[in-house]
Amino acid sequence: MPEPETPAAGIVIAGAGHAGGAAAATLRQFGYQGAITLIGDEPILPYHRPPLSKAWLKGEVTAESLALRPARFYTQQNITLHLSSTVTAIDRAAHRVALADGTTVPYATLILALGARARRLALPGFDLDGVLELRNAADADRLKGALRPGQRIAIVGGGYIGLEAAASARALGAEVFVMERETRLLARVASPPLSAFFEAAHRAQGVAIHLGAQVIGLEGQGGHVAGVRLSDGTVLPCDAALIGVGAIPNEEIAAAAGLACATGVVVDDQARTSDPDIFAIGDLTNRSLPFYDRRVRLESVPNALEQARHAAAAITGRPAPAAEVPWFWSDQYDIRLQIVGMPFDVAKLVVRGDPASGSFAVFHLDSANRIQCVEAINTPAEFMAGRQLILKRKPVDAAALADLSCTMKDLAA
Amino acid sequence: MPKITFIEYNGTAHTVDADENLSVMEAAVNNSVPGIDADCGGACACATCHVYVDPAWEHLTGEKNESEASMISFANGVEPNSRLSCQIRATAELDGLVVRMPAGQH
Repeated sequence: MPEPETPAAGIVIAGAGHAGGAAAATLRQFGYQGAITLIGDEPILPYHRPPLSKAWLKGEVTAESLALRPARFYTQQNITLHLSSTVTAIDRAAHRVALADGTTVPYATLILALGARARRLALPGFDLDGVLELRNAADADRLKGALRPGQRIAIVGGGYIGLEAAASARALGAEVFVMERETRLLARVASPPLSAFFEAAHRAQGVAIHLGAQVIGLEGQGGHVAGVRLSDGTVLPCDAALIGVGAIPNEEIAAAAGLACATGVVVDDQARTSDPDIFAIGDLTNRSLPFYDRRVRLESVPNALEQARHAAAAITGRPAPAAEVPWFWSDQYDIRLQIVGMPFDVAKLVVRGDPASGSFAVFHLDSANRIQCVEAINTPAEFMAGRQLILKRKPVDAAALADLSCTMKDLAA
Repeated sequence: MPKITFIEYNGTAHTVDADENLSVMEAAVNNSVPGIDADCGGACACATCHVYVDPAWEHLTGEKNESEASMISFANGVEPNSRLSCQIRATAELDGLVVRMPAGQH
């Protein structure tokens, strides 16, 4: 009797979030015909993350519409799904990953897409009921339950998660206060004019903003959070608290397997790790930025998708996709922020347009007047033209940039 | 389900059954059609779902709003019949729609 054929081990994708789901789909889109196994610890199909802090909280989209692809896609494209499955270890020598249920899955190529988890604060009261974070759909459902008229939501951290949640909370009639320990919102990621714009926009919508506020504990009543204690002794009463103070890459099993990690799994421009058969993509990774001569963790959907394309191209033998300029978007109230580039090596800022009009852009220029970054509020032309200028490394006339009678088409030509 | 034909830059055609009232972009991504990236998931924030609408169908695909018009004016290889496919709903009226893709979305 001939031996039954063992199916060839193909690609295993560890993590079925936005990056992992995109990697599976991109591999098929690029023509990969072999086995693809997608393993995720959540009980649901891969889904879009951005709506979790926006349309999902506001009840504007269904669970079905949140999915990156419908269920039938995985069947039609012959992608094997293991949901509610946690990868616990990588055996690089044996080319197998171990799952929490004791089984192992063989791979020829492994793509790590394990993402990041919300940073926890080592504070009294952090484990009280009603202290929430926002990484996944289950978190979003818990948060959604707290957003009702008459409920007071404390938001710790004035970053994008906190501010988007604040906007959604106000749309649902909850009372919101934001505590940010720096002297301005979005301090790590945005220019002062942008911070000022968002602060004014949120205050105008009734959000109370406490800047320079150090949270030293959470107070409870009956096991449930009831207030936030600040370092100046103030206690601000609340019915729920959202902690949005950054994310930690889930690099532990990669590090345990001996892969190079440096606050994130280290990858090259093809998403390759220090193991030739293992790629890593998305929030998990530490990557180089082609236009900025630095290594960073880029926590964004565009990065997850770009790296999924890097890995899929490398695996299918396609030429590497052209390097992309990092970009990001955030929607708060009727404000659409689009950012392209990174605020590195910035010598000056040029504001184009009037923030008070609700539509303006901040250009970050280096010492040679080349654009490093553009923050565009309700003005897609500046965002799109900005990307072209960053790609071209073309010095600009700062005065013309600030002059609305000079069009972005002319400036980008 | 309206049928939509997507023609790649290299001429390869893909005809798919679109979910009625989802976008033309979603018809492409849900059917693994090469050449549409749709990075922002349909938020009109990225211009990587760019298509050229066949002239015979243009009048049925509606008008661009200001956001789409702004975004698409800077897309690679923009033409008068360019649209962001996430902004076109696949209605029954569009059964038989033909769109072409640009050489690249990035």
